[in-house]
Amino acid sequence: MGALLAQATEVEAIPAPDVDWLAIGPPVVLFAAALAIVLLAALVRGRSLEHSLPDWMVLGGVLGPVMVWVGRFWFVRYDIDGGAGAVMAVGLVAALAALVFALARRQVFAAAFVIAASGTVSAAAIGVAQWNVVRSDGPYTALARAVAVDGFAVFVSGVVLGATLLGVLLLTSWIRREGLEGPEAIAVMLMGATGMLVMASANDLIVVFVALEVFSIALYVMTAFDRHRIESQEAGLKYFLLGAFSSAVFLYGVALVYGATGSTNLIDVANAVRGVATSGSNGMLMVGFGLLLVGLGFKVAAVPFHMWTPDVYQGAPTPVTAFMAGATKAVAFGALLRIFVGAFDGLRSDWRPAVFALAVLSMVVGAAAAIVQTDVKRMLAYSSIAHAGYVLIGVQVATEVRGPFGGTAAALFYLAIYMVMSVGAFGAVQILGRRGDRAHSVNDYAGLARREPVLAALLTLFLLAQAGVPLTAGFVAKLAVFKAAVDAGQYQLALVGMLSATVAAFVYLRIVIAMYAADDDHDRDTGHAVAPPRATRLVIDLPTRLALGAAAAVVLLFGVVPGWLLDAAEHATNLLAGT
Amino acid sequence: MTLFASAVPTSALSTGAVSTSAVSSGVGDFPLLTFLIVLPLVGAVLTLCTPARRTEWAKAAGFVTALATLGMALWMLADFDGHAHGYQYEVQHDWIGNLGVHFTLGVDGISLFMVVLTAVLIPIGLLASVHEPNFKQFTVWMLVLEASVIGVFVALDLIVFFVFFELVLVPMYFLIAGWGHGNNRYAATKFFLYTMAGSAFLFVGILTSAYLFTKAGHPLTFDVRDLTAWLAEPGNVSTRTARLLFVAFSVSFAVKVPLFPLHTWLPDAHTEAPTAGSVVLAGVLLKMGTYGFLRFAVPMFPKAAQYFAPVLLTLAVIGILYGAIVATMQPDLKRLIAYSSVAHLGFVVMGTFALTTQGLQGGLFTMVSHGLTTSALFLLVGMLYERRHTRTISDFGGLSKSVPVLSGLFLAATFASIGLPGFSGFVGEFASLLGTFVTRRWWAVTATAGVILAAVYLLWAFQRVFTGEPQGDNAALRDISGRELATVVPLLALSLYLGFFPKPVFDRMELAVEDLMAHIETTTGYAEPDTPTPEAVTPDAGSTGGHDEGGAGGDE
Repeated sequence: MGALLAQATEVEAIPAPDVDWLAIGPPVVLFAAALAIVLLAALVRGRSLEHSLPDWMVLGGVLGPVMVWVGRFWFVRYDIDGGAGAVMAVGLVAALAALVFALARRQVFAAAFVIAASGTVSAAAIGVAQWNVVRSDGPYTALARAVAVDGFAVFVSGVVLGATLLGVLLLTSWIRREGLEGPEAIAVMLMGATGMLVMASANDLIVVFVALEVFSIALYVMTAFDRHRIESQEAGLKYFLLGAFSSAVFLYGVALVYGATGSTNLIDVANAVRGVATSGSNGMLMVGFGLLLVGLGFKVAAVPFHMWTPDVYQGAPTPVTAFMAGATKAVAFGALLRIFVGAFDGLRSDWRPAVFALAVLSMVVGAAAAIVQTDVKRMLAYSSIAHAGYVLIGVQVATEVRGPFGGTAAALFYLAIYMVMSVGAFGAVQILGRRGDRAHSVNDYAGLARREPVLAALLTLFLLAQAGVPLTAGFVAKLAVFKAAVDAGQYQLALVGMLSATVAAFVYLRIVIAMYAADDDHDRDTGHAVAPPRATRLVIDLPTRLALGAAAAVVLLFGVVPGWLLDAAEHATNLLAGT
Repeated sequence: MTLFASAVPTSALSTGAVSTSAVSSGVGDFPLLTFLIVLPLVGAVLTLCTPARRTEWAKAAGFVTALATLGMALWMLADFDGHAHGYQYEVQHDWIGNLGVHFTLGVDGISLFMVVLTAVLIPIGLLASVHEPNFKQFTVWMLVLEASVIGVFVALDLIVFFVFFELVLVPMYFLIAGWGHGNNRYAATKFFLYTMAGSAFLFVGILTSAYLFTKAGHPLTFDVRDLTAWLAEPGNVSTRTARLLFVAFSVSFAVKVPLFPLHTWLPDAHTEAPTAGSVVLAGVLLKMGTYGFLRFAVPMFPKAAQYFAPVLLTLAVIGILYGAIVATMQPDLKRLIAYSSVAHLGFVVMGTFALTTQGLQGGLFTMVSHGLTTSALFLLVGMLYERRHTRTISDFGGLSKSVPVLSGLFLAATFASIGLPGFSGFVGEFASLLGTFVTRRWWAVTATAGVILAAVYLLWAFQRVFTGEPQGDNAALRDISGRELATVVPLLALSLYLGFFPKPVFDRMELAVEDLMAHIETTTGYAEPDTPTPEAVTPDAGSTGGHDEGGAGGDE
């Protein structure tokens, strides 16, 4: 006993780590915004149920912070005080006015929206600051090497924050339409995004796991959020059970990797793996990273770990599906790239065949299974599985850098573009779901093009982009991925990918055809008359307009001039800070 | 051009020929080709922005754009220098730098007439469709189609080519699905998916070609001239790789042409498409496939092209005979013409893979001629459909009594399509057969039967539709209107003109074809057998030629 005590006194004081606020700025800001919303909802009772959200508050909440930060960067870079100051001032006044008015009128919902939008934009602005630091000083790690600040983390964070902003807009519109109470859903979405941001920059397997759990739990809650629809509850439960199981698998993988390499820090793991790779195989390590692959394969919805995807995508509230498709996929692929391409680079000959199989299976099964669906959300769910396959191509060839634009950059670019395409498509689907979020059958889309030509055109754009039609960003994304595959000698993957894209195109065309079909048409498959359009009108309010307009602009812009984003993706390929 | 000349010394098609400067002639720095693509797109946007109630504004915007584009294309045709090697009116901009894609455009004797044909057919298609419902959107899609088709023919960067090649599907899809008849959505989807599946191979082939080029230490590029020069050079690519790549390119183009086993999308798409859709589909879209063979598959992999030539020739000849026989059996007039396209395009592919100057020229000329004659036939069938709301041959009869002018024009178009001497169809098919006869005698002899069959199915159809006494609805029909005349007559007049004076066309395509042959000969060591000079192809000289009784005899 005495000896033990003596030992205890000899232990040095644990040094408190330096907190690098810039490194963890984005998740902290988002989490603060989430807390503020929760507190607000708890403290201010009253007219929170009314969901009053004037258009000017929407604009003030979104554009105000954008102006503030644009003005600030303008100021820092060019030192033009007058113009930048004016822009900042106008933005600040707009955002504050929205917030103050909302609070003064006890419009909790409006205030929550303004806080969420400002928080997301501000987190993105901190991301831009990080990007500038990384570009000038190089990548580094912070918080005892648990957090990486590098181009890769910032790029993935950017995708997540983009999805969050669009998601918040869609979610706001959805809550208002469905008449659900309270702004808590917005807070939960921000918390989920917080977890995702942590995961994007996680440099330690434990941090990866914690972040995974944070955002997964948020997603379980959000999936089950629609208490009017039993499918939503069912999907939430299903997602929770399978998700918890996959998290356990992932955690077991972490444990085994720790056992084999003696560390959970990705840089140490990478060094240990390199030693193992030269000295022969290690069973525990193999099983460990196999389990990690299964756990992450579940999150990215790769076949054969995709079973939950159609049910959850269909059952979840549509804005949550949009957020899930765009952000979860990006962040899970981010972790996959960092762990496998970064840390397990030494074992690439062991994991590449597995990823090859996952990619082929995902592309083939995703595209083929989508054909037989009649529910649009299910179709898009299966198509998201196929898209996971395309990104997996990028992962598979990421270690074989031969061309100037490698697999990692291609995968990152694809994730960014897929986020916009899928959020856009699900956003349009959300509008078309009508009050109740139920009208998701292909037949419900009959005659849409005549009644809502703009909405039909937008959905067509997002679907054609997902099919990879040129002059949309989807084509450039496919070009990048398949070019990386060919440059690595993986002709088969490129060919299977292109053929699967053709099969998937059939699915998108089915939706397009339905929209451009006349109301009185008969369903060709069954011969029954198509159901008449629901009496309830479509709600297309300002937040959904903003979200769909922004997504469409991005899809077209990067389809015609993709250079800037391709550059960013290429600069974001340093996977392990500090090595 | 200068930008690339510094990076890679050889220019594709001037390897064997005298390497004169390929800089554009007399146009200064005006980016004509960019304008030919951008103008219809701008017009499409303008048309889209016209208010829904003022349909005449949309019409005006559409026609002005289409005619302006036509004017530019005709100006290019007049200004084109037939004595300059290589590409003219070149444009080059950086596009997707990270992926090595440049926006490179240029036109030569092979693509020139396709561009002009596109510019001719779009205003005619619009004029033929003014009574279509929702004409505004129809115009928008037609203009987008025009831009993308012209883009296909002038792109000199393989990715840019692929972009336009795929982009064509979108407007065509909407034209068929939105304004077609009957089972049009099925046909539109089938068209889209067939072509897209073919493009999958093309895409991988393009990426692989560029990858092999960079692996050999060259800077990343998709420029067709650099890639052609390097890939065709013996020893740079293994025989097996070259053959695989040739097959990858060919599958995609064969779907588009369409060659025999891959043709099943065509009758559906043609039959269900609106008239203007069929016109553009037959007039220029099918030529994207044969153009792809001429511009990419053959020059990039000349040895593989030679190796596979018997296969493609056989498929082409099967297409000629099969298309003709199936056309004979069709109860639907439009479907009949659709199958006749399979036969006509067979002549183009046959001429191409004969790998002789004559055959190539004949194939190219048939591409132009078929665009004129088949478009005229589709327009006339469209008029019949507008009057009777049927295309079934047995529903018609005796129309020459009720609509004499229309039936006269139909007869003229029939003769033009059969290839009666005096019409352009004869010149092209004859040259194509002649060129094939020199190297591949039996294929040419077999294909000649197709010429006779063409007379059988078209004249028989004409007989059933137009001769006899009109019964029932057929008796009281409105004859052709002035607007309808304005759509058909120019096409038939052009066909007639080119039938008698094909020289202006041959003059402009001659050098490009000779350079292509020279390129094939220098890279493969193959020597083209002696053939008569192109002048011998004109109808009057052709009938006095020595060993061509087979070709000429079939036409009588």
